[in-house]
Order: sequence, then structure tokens, then C-alpha cells
Amino acid sequence: MKLIFEKSTAGHRCSILPACDVEEVALPAELARGEAPKLPELSETEISRHYTELNKRVHGVNCGFYPLGSCTMKYNPRIDEGMAALPGFTAVHPLAPAHTVEGCKEALDTAKQYLCEITGMDDMTFQPAAGAHGEFTGVLLIKQYHDARGDSKRRKIIVPDSAHGTNPATAAMCGYDVVNIPSAPNGCVDLEALKAVLGEDTAGLMLTNPNTVGIFDENILEITRLVHEAGGLCYYDGANLNAVMGVVRPGDMGFDCIHLNLHKTFATPHGGGGPGSGAVGCKAALAPYLPKEDGIRVRSFHGNFLVVIKALTYLLTLGKEGVPEAAKNAVLNANYLQSKIRGTFTPAFDRLCMHEFVLDLSEFKKETGVSALDVAKTLIDHGMHPPTMYFPLIVHEALMLEPTETESRETLDEAAEIFRKLYELAKTDPEYMHAAPHHAQIGRPDEVRAARNPILRYSF
Amino acid sequence: MGSFVPSTPSEQQELLRALGLSSFRELYGVVPQEMYLEDGALNLPSGLSELEVSRSVSAMAGKNRIFSTILRGAGAYDHYIPSIVKYIPTKEEFLTAYTPYQAEMSQGILQSIFEYQTMICELTGMDVSNASVYDGATAAAEAAAMCRDRKRRVTLISGAAHPDTIQTVRTYCYGTGDELRVVPVKDGKTDLEALKEMLSSEVASFYVQQPNYYGVLEDAEAIGAMVHEAGAMYVMGCNPISLGILKTPRECGADVAVGEGQPLGMPLSYGGPYLGFMCTTQKHMRKLPGRIVGETVDSKGERAYVLSLQAREQHIRREKASSNICSNQALCALTAGIYMATMGADGIKEAAKQSMAKAHYLAKSLCAIEGVELAYSGEFFHEFVTTMPKAEEVLKALEAADILGGLPVEGGILWCATEKVSKAQLDQAVEIVKEVLA
Repeated sequence: MKLIFEKSTAGHRCSILPACDVEEVALPAELARGEAPKLPELSETEISRHYTELNKRVHGVNCGFYPLGSCTMKYNPRIDEGMAALPGFTAVHPLAPAHTVEGCKEALDTAKQYLCEITGMDDMTFQPAAGAHGEFTGVLLIKQYHDARGDSKRRKIIVPDSAHGTNPATAAMCGYDVVNIPSAPNGCVDLEALKAVLGEDTAGLMLTNPNTVGIFDENILEITRLVHEAGGLCYYDGANLNAVMGVVRPGDMGFDCIHLNLHKTFATPHGGGGPGSGAVGCKAALAPYLPKEDGIRVRSFHGNFLVVIKALTYLLTLGKEGVPEAAKNAVLNANYLQSKIRGTFTPAFDRLCMHEFVLDLSEFKKETGVSALDVAKTLIDHGMHPPTMYFPLIVHEALMLEPTETESRETLDEAAEIFRKLYELAKTDPEYMHAAPHHAQIGRPDEVRAARNPILRYSF
Repeated sequence: MGSFVPSTPSEQQELLRALGLSSFRELYGVVPQEMYLEDGALNLPSGLSELEVSRSVSAMAGKNRIFSTILRGAGAYDHYIPSIVKYIPTKEEFLTAYTPYQAEMSQGILQSIFEYQTMICELTGMDVSNASVYDGATAAAEAAAMCRDRKRRVTLISGAAHPDTIQTVRTYCYGTGDELRVVPVKDGKTDLEALKEMLSSEVASFYVQQPNYYGVLEDAEAIGAMVHEAGAMYVMGCNPISLGILKTPRECGADVAVGEGQPLGMPLSYGGPYLGFMCTTQKHMRKLPGRIVGETVDSKGERAYVLSLQAREQHIRREKASSNICSNQALCALTAGIYMATMGADGIKEAAKQSMAKAHYLAKSLCAIEGVELAYSGEFFHEFVTTMPKAEEVLKALEAADILGGLPVEGGILWCATEKVSKAQLDQAVEIVKEVLA
């Protein structure tokens, strides 16, 4: 497919602005740019066609099953889009006088009320623009808390080895040393390993529950108690909240602060990689450290406001009954799919899972030579977006599946059938799978070449 | 109750039975009873049908004022957004797709980001751009981090930068334990003498915003020379529309160019989602945080796009990563790309020229009123600060006429005009100010 620059024709244009109705003002020559930027010259027809062609090469949730573990690719309701497009929200300046934006205040207060109730927190900020950004904000609450107490020896943040890469990266961004603790064989926190590293230098623990292998850690109250006893605080990574929202509250598990991924759990669309919203909630003791005028700030203005509107619309729709219904069916669907696939591929943990489960293909790879990557690439030929690959790091040849609650049984049965087909195919024609995909937009890209010889823009 | 769960209660019971279970509580067997919420335990209103939700949220939107004339900028600009720029990002696939980790089924997103990266490079004159970060303020903070090394850890920032940018950079510095020093402002611009004195051998970078928070144009090229002579790196925060006519950060010697991309097709939206762009020279390419899309070939030798240079990123380097940033603002970057393609170089130049012309017209007309003066003497682009008596009354009177006047700042009122506002609207605003001050 051609790049937009390769479709440019000199003189082609759209007509957007009228002639200037006031006197032109010239910039002093020494402030003026030399050459004009080389932007494409296209008519509106050509722009429309180009982006239609691009759009055909994008796989959205509307296209098919998207079981990406840890990403919660649930259906994105259209009403959320409609509400976020209202001029009463889009046309509002972030620095408009408070009395002219009562609607914005009400929307944010209502979203805060719902999310604090669901998470068991006392206060919340919507300033962070993404999950990792929320993590940064949450750990800064912990840092400010200890600094305010003059407790400067707390230099360590504990992170399980199953954690998402953003967790240790966030801790480092906040000046902490990261202490990785190995997970127990059952995938959960190894209590002995945790006790061994807790001490006067513990600032806090970062944890996801259910964890990144989709299991609810039944020792969670003991874990948070131990950290508090050592004088540390507990941070909840809310990426997996879809398993427990309305059923269990992070606040009741003993967490002091949390971040949420509104673009996962609360159904706002992923947009191809953003914008999301990483709301951060906390217990009252940490509330003074949330972003404020004479405190911290993590981005300009108030956060990704329109994304919050989408999440608010979703929350109002689901309400008291719909929130736990979504979580329970997310867990039901995951267990059902795991049980259907269990006959072929091997779940990493042979037990009831939460909203996602991990397949361990290491034995399968030894027997057939076909890797998790090969299976994922062959799935593309079947119109299914592959599951998350090679995460978490504690499972080898991992494929992590999260169906979410918005899928029907029929879809899950079809998906299991496709997995069964691929399981058989690996035995009869592994070569085919090594070279997959065969019917996609492109064949496997040469990523090594891309990194070795970076071409990061078009050259005219 | 509103729901997006396709299955009926009886279908759900069938699935439970297929698992050998009889209740949802059994699915959550390992959850201790003291933390398990029974049905109805959540203290929230019941869910609503779509029609009810629509009424409820629309009512909230209805409580916000939609001004017909906006003369306020200060980091969020009311430019005209072409219809096609509004429409294309609503296409379901662009809207709902995940990050393009599986290149074989995401060429549309990867290519659109590659095109965006190219266009940002053209606009700024720089060599390499990333796929975007959250906004202009975080881009400034990430740029400051990228410039630090073992010897040079201090960040300098102009006091004439946007207060939110300064506060954000300060917060990020607090995180890593690095020092931020603010260079004082003189006559609405960075005090160059003070800057010279503060450029010590421990300084990693100096950030200047161009045009600055007060709308004034800084001596960007002279600053660049000064910064480089002191051995530090030069970071410029730019307004992308102004780059239609203004000297580029490249031409001013910037090592890193960042900025707020909201003017490139994103509505005001009460502050977000916005778009942070970050670009740099070939030399510093590998220090850029965040996602970057690169070109390669596929197994058949055909041109293809992939997420590249991922060894810099958090999922590989974990605690050794230079930033924890995981996502970009893909849909906003797509929007910016469509805006730049729709307006073209000529259109952006025209939007810049008209914004500047209308702002100067407004400034001239306001200053013709007795008691109104420009606060600062320097050249400005599309924003300027005036001093006047009865400022509060003036803004109230404008508000009554459905006009959002300039922002009250230290030193006066910060006004903004873009290509979207007509001469008639400007004249109406000036008349009202005249009346109040008469």
C-alpha cells in the first residue's frame, strides 16, 4: 500500500479557510522559517480514500474475537462515543470559569463517586492519562507520604516477578530500588520470600490481584498486613479489575492506593494505542498528596476528560447490578474457554482461573517444534487476534487469553475449535505454522532489520 | 439495568453446569467471605437503559456554557477543525483496535503512525519523532529526563513556560530526585542574562517554550547558541500551528523539540485527550522514550511497518527503562496526521498567518481604548497580555455576551485569537470592553 506522501500531487488541496478579514501582519524575517514543511497535497476525495484503505488494515473489536490477556478488549458501547462527542463537553475550554463548567464538575464528581465505591477508596484523581501514568502518580503518593513523615530510609519498592514491566519502571522513575520477589509455584506471592525482604527500608509493594496469571491470591489480606506491619504501603495495579469489580474491592483487600485503566475495565476504546485514562484512587491518609495546585502535577489541565465521560456513561449504564454482572461473566467466560481448550493445549495452572488464563506451550514446543509465536501467527489467518504472547515472564511459551464478558458462548466455542485445529495442525504440518501468517496483510516482518537499520520516517 | 453481556441467565447457568459448578460464588471460591460482596451490596444507583443514560449525561453537558466566541488560549486553542478530521477517527476499526503489537494485522495503524512521525519531523525540522506521548507537559518532562546523564543532572526551565509544564517537570524531577531550576522572566521573556549565569557545568538541558506562555516570541536561536556553548542540551516546546511560519526548532539549534499537539485537530475537550509530540536529531534517536514505528520488509520482501527499537522500552528493560511509558495517544496522533494532510503546508501556514493577524488586530483595537496597554514589548504570535482597570468587570461583560475573554494572569489578561474568530466577533468584543471602561 502506498504512503500518503506517495499519493501527493502538487496543487491538490482542500478548501477550509476563507480569506483573512483583517490586515496581515508580517513576522520579522529573522523569526520566519526557511523552507516550508513537505506535507502531502491531497483533495478531500483522496484523503477519504487513503484513510479508508488504512482502516481496512486495522483489526478492531468490531471485527472479531480479541482475547488479549491483560488488555480487557471488551465491546466499546456506542452510547459512550455519542456522549463524549456532545458539544457541551468538546467545546469547553479547560480554563473556563468554574461557574460555566458545572456540568464537567458534576460528571467528574459522579465518576469519582462510582469508582470510589467500586474500589473501596476515599478519593480519586483523573489527571493521569494512561495506566503507566497512573502507576507513576500512585507511587508518588507513597513517596510523598514517607517524605512528609521524614522517613527517608524507605528506599525499596517490592514487585513480584510476575509483574507487568511498567511496575518496576515506575518504581525506578520515583527513585526507588526495585526488589523482585519470585512467585510461588502456584503463581501467587511467595509469603516467605516476601517476609524475607520486608523491613525498615520498605516503602511499599506493587501488586495486581488477581495476578498476571489470572489467579486470585487467597493470601491477600496477609500480604497487605505484612507490608503495613513493616511500615510500607500497598499499591494496587488495577489492570485486572475486570475480574472482581463489584465483587471484591481493592480497599477491602488492604490496598492504600490504586490505579484504574478506564480503557480496559470501563470499556473506553483503545484507539490503536491510546488515549486511555489512568484514574488513581486512594484512602483518606494519602488524599492530601493527590495532584493539586501546590502539590504534584502529572500532566496539563485535568486529564483525559472525554475518556472519563465515556467511562461515566458506561458506569451509569451498568449501575449497581451491571458492574458485578460484568465481572462474574468475565470470569465465567474465561473458565469456560479454558475448560474447552484444556483438552488440547495445557493451562499453566490447572485450576479455576479469574478473568484470564495462561497456556503453557513449552512441552508442546518440545514435541512439535511449534512455538507460542507460531500458534499466534497462525491464528491471524483465522481472523482472530492472537492472545497476549510471552507474558507474564514466569510462564514459558505463554499465551494469555482474556475473553471478557461481552462474548457469547458461540464465539467461545468457535475459538476453542480453532485452537483444536491448530493443535492438530502442529503435528501434521508444523512448517506451515512456522511460516504463518499466509493470508494476512503482510508476512512476518523482519524486526531485527528494523532495529538494526532504523527507518523511522519517509524520506522525500 | 444496562448490560453488554450477551448471554441470558439461563445460558449462564448452562456454562456454570458445564464447569461442574452451580453458582457464581463457587467461581470465586478462593475469595475470603469477609471481602466478597453479595448481590446488591454496592452502594450505587441501579443501571439504566440507553435512553435514560443519554438523558442523564446530556443534562450534565447542558450545564456547561458553550461560548460562541473564544478569546482564551493558555495552552488550549480553539482552531477550526475540518469535518473530515472529525469523522475519520470515529471509524470503528481505528477507534477500537488495540496497540499494533501484531504487525501482520495492524498495518493500518502502524502506517498511520509512520506518516504522523514523518509529518511532525517536517513541521519541526527534526530527524526522528516518536509515536506521541500524553501531552505537551509530559513531553517536556520526558525530554528533560532524556537529556540527563551521569555528569549533568540539573534541568533548567524558563519561567515563561506554561505553569502546568513547569509543575509537571518539577513533579517528574521530584520522582527521580533531580533538581529543577527556573530561569527568571524579564519583560515577559526569558531573562537571558540570568540564563547565562545559570548555565553551569552541571546543567543537562534548558527548556524554553516558543511562543511562551505570555504569547511573546523568545530569542530562540540566541538561546540555543548560549545553551550549547555551556555544553548543555537545548529543548524547545513549540506550538505546531505557529511552525507554519515560525523558524523551526531545528533552525534554532534544538536537540529535542516537543509540544502540545492539541491545535492539530483536537477539540478543547475541557483539557483532554491531547497529544504530546517529541522529536529529536539522529544523534539522540535512541534516547527517545515511548513507541516508535519503523519501516522494514516482510517475509516476501514487501515493505512493512513494525513497532521498533523496543529494547528501550519498559516491557524489555523493566526497572532499567528510562521511562515507564507504555502507550501513546494513537487516535490523537491519527487525528493530527489527518489534520496535517487536510490542511497541508499551505493550510497550516494560512491558519498561522490568520491567527497572528487576528491577534494583532485585537491587540491594536484593545490598546486604542484608554487605559488598556500591552504588558510586554516583545513580538508575539497569537497571544498577548494587556493591563487594564476593572479586568473582572470586563470579563463578566464579555461572558454575558457569550464571549470567553482572555485568561486573568499575573500582570493582566492573556488574550488569544485564532483563524476561527471573525473580524465581526473581534469588533463585538472590543466594543464591550470599550463600554465597560468608558
